[in-house]
Amino acid sequence: MASAVAGVGTAGNARALARDARRERLAKLALALPALALITIVMLVPVAWLFGLSFLGDDGHATLAHYRRIVAEPAYWRAFVTTFQVSALTTLICIALGYPLAYVLAALPARIAAIALVFVMLPFWTSLLVRTYAWLVLLQRNGLVNALGMKLGLWGAPLTLVNNLPGTLVGMVHIMLPFFVLPLYGAMRAIDRECLKAAASLGASPTRAFLRVFLPLSLPGLVAGALIVFVLCLGFYVTPAVLGGGKVNMVSNQIAADIEIFFDWGGASAQGVVLLVLTLAILGVSARLLPRGRGAGGGAP
Amino acid sequence: MAARTAIPITIRGVSKSYGSARALDAVDLDIRSGEFLTLLGPSGSGKTTLLMVLAGFIRPDVGSVRFGEREVVRLAPHKRDIGFVFQSYALFPHMDVAGNIAFPLKLRGVPAAEVARRVEAALDTVKLGGYGARRVDELSGGQRQRVALARAIVFEPSVVLMDEPLSALDKKLREAMQIEIRQLHDRLGTTTVYVTHDQREALTMSDRIAVINGGRVAQVDTPRAIYERPADPFVADFIGESTFVRVERRGGGFECFGRALAITAAPSDPGPLSLVLRPEHLEILAPHEAADNVFEAAVQQVIYQGDTLLVHATLADGSALFARKVATRAGSVPVRGERVRFGVAAANAVLVAGERG
Repeated sequence: MASAVAGVGTAGNARALARDARRERLAKLALALPALALITIVMLVPVAWLFGLSFLGDDGHATLAHYRRIVAEPAYWRAFVTTFQVSALTTLICIALGYPLAYVLAALPARIAAIALVFVMLPFWTSLLVRTYAWLVLLQRNGLVNALGMKLGLWGAPLTLVNNLPGTLVGMVHIMLPFFVLPLYGAMRAIDRECLKAAASLGASPTRAFLRVFLPLSLPGLVAGALIVFVLCLGFYVTPAVLGGGKVNMVSNQIAADIEIFFDWGGASAQGVVLLVLTLAILGVSARLLPRGRGAGGGAP
Repeated sequence: MAARTAIPITIRGVSKSYGSARALDAVDLDIRSGEFLTLLGPSGSGKTTLLMVLAGFIRPDVGSVRFGEREVVRLAPHKRDIGFVFQSYALFPHMDVAGNIAFPLKLRGVPAAEVARRVEAALDTVKLGGYGARRVDELSGGQRQRVALARAIVFEPSVVLMDEPLSALDKKLREAMQIEIRQLHDRLGTTTVYVTHDQREALTMSDRIAVINGGRVAQVDTPRAIYERPADPFVADFIGESTFVRVERRGGGFECFGRALAITAAPSDPGPLSLVLRPEHLEILAPHEAADNVFEAAVQQVIYQGDTLLVHATLADGSALFARKVATRAGSVPVRGERVRFGVAAANAVLVAGERG
C-alpha cells in the first residue's frame, strides 16, 4: 500500500488534469462557434421557416394542400421528373468525359498534373452566369458553333443548339465537370501504382488490370464525384433558365415562377421541402452503399 | 506445389540509360535453372533496374533476355509467367487475402473448386492457414509479405522475382523470413532472382550472388567465394568490413610496409594491388607470438558490441584498421594508445587488383 498522503495528492491532481482537458475541448469547440452560428441563422432558420410555410394555407390554417398539388398537378410532378432526368444525364456525361480526363491527369508526373489541374479549375474563376451566357452566344442560331459547322459543310441550315435540352446539358456539364474530376483525380492519385504492376506480373492484360484492379479502386472517387454532381444538379437554376429557353422546366425554375409570378410561397416551400427530402434520401442511401475504408491507398504498410 | 520446370535466364548486352545516366551498362548474366541468385549492390547501382527488365516493367535500350529458350525482352509483363514480390507488397486493398491469392488463378481460368484448394494450400505454405477471409489492412507487415509471397507462387510461375521484399520488416522478423523464403525456394525449385542492398541477407539466402556496381556486374559467385575472394576493391568493401592496405611489387613477390607478404594466391593483373584485411581475420598477437603476416598499429578505440569487441587502430601510414575479437569475459583487452601487433594468416591475406575508391 502506497503512502496515504501520496494517494490523496495524486487524486487531487487527477481532478485538476481532467478539468484542464475539459477546458481545452471547450476552447476547440469555441473556434467552431461563429461558423455554427452563421449556418444556424442563414440556413437552418430559413429552412425551418419555409418548412412551416409549406404547411400553411392562404387562410392561415394548417393544410397539406401544397403537397397534394405536387402529386396531383402534372406541371409540378413533371418538374421533378425533369429535374432527375437532367441531373442523371448531366452526371452520366460528366462520368463519360471526366473519367478518362482524371485517368490521364492521375497518370501524369505530379508537377505536370498540378499545372493541368489549374486548367481544370479555371472555370471556377469565372462567374457561373458569365459562363452560361457565353454558351448562349456560342450556341445560338447565328452563333460561333453554327457558323463554323456550316462553313465546314457539316450541316446546311443553322441547328437549334440552345433553348432546349441539349443546350442545357452542354452548359451544365461544362460547369459540373470540375466537381466530378477533382474527387476522382484524388482517388486515382491515391491508388498504389505498384498494384497495377502486380496485376500485370500475375498475368492480367492491361484491360483486365484496369477492370479488376484500377476501376474498383477508383470507384469510391467516381461515386463521390457523381454524387456531388447529381446533388448540385438537382438544385440548378441559372443554366436551365438561360439555356433551356423555358423548355427545360426544373424544380428550381418552377419554384422561381411560383414566387415571382404567383406569389405562392406555400407551394414554392412545399416543392423546396420535397426536393430537400429527396436529396437527403439520396445522400443517405449512397452513404450506406459506399464502401468504407477499402478504397484507394492502404497498399503500403 | 512444385514448379512445372525451372528454367535458366540468359541476359546478354542489356543496357538502359536515363538521359546521360547509365543505369545498366551492357550487362551479361547467366542465371542457372532453379538457383537462388541475388542481385546485390548499393542504391543506384542498377540492381532494381535489372530486375524490372526481367519482369518487363522497364524496357531496355538494347539487349536480350531469354527465359529458357524463349526471347522475352519485347514480351509484355503479363505474358512472361513470372511471380513478382514487391517491396511495398502491392496487395490489392479491395480484395481479402484469399481474393488476392486467387487473382492469378482466376485470370488463368482455373475452376472455382481448384482455386479454393490451391489458395488454401498456398496459405498453408506461407503459414497463414485460416487467414483467407482477412482484410489486407488487418494484417501486420510480416503477414502482408507472406500473402504477397503466396500470391506470387500460387500459379507456379517458372521464375520468381523479388525486389527487396523484407526491407520494411524489423530485424528479427527479417532474419526469420530470410530462412523461410530460402526454404520455400528449395521446396518449389523455381529460378529465383532476389534484389537486396543488405549483404548479410545476400550471404544468408543465395546460391550465388551477382554484385552490381555502376550498372555492371562486378562479380558473380557463391557467397563464400564472393566474401573470401572478392574480385575487386569495390566487392571487398561492399561485402563485409574491410581494411585496405597498399601493396608494392618487389621482385617476384609483394611487400607491405617494407615487409614481404605471405599469401596463397595473387591476381595476374599487372596494375596496382591492394591487400584486403577482414576484421575477424586480424588476430591480436602476444608479445613474442609469430604469424604469417604481422602489422603494427596503435589502438584508437575499443568498442564493446555485445558478442564482439571492435578494435579501431591506425597503421604506420595513418590508415585505419579494424579488428574484431570475440568478447569473452576472460582475456586481456587492448587499451587506447597501446601499440599492438596484429597477425594475419597467409590464407586470409587476399590481394585484389586496383585501389580502393
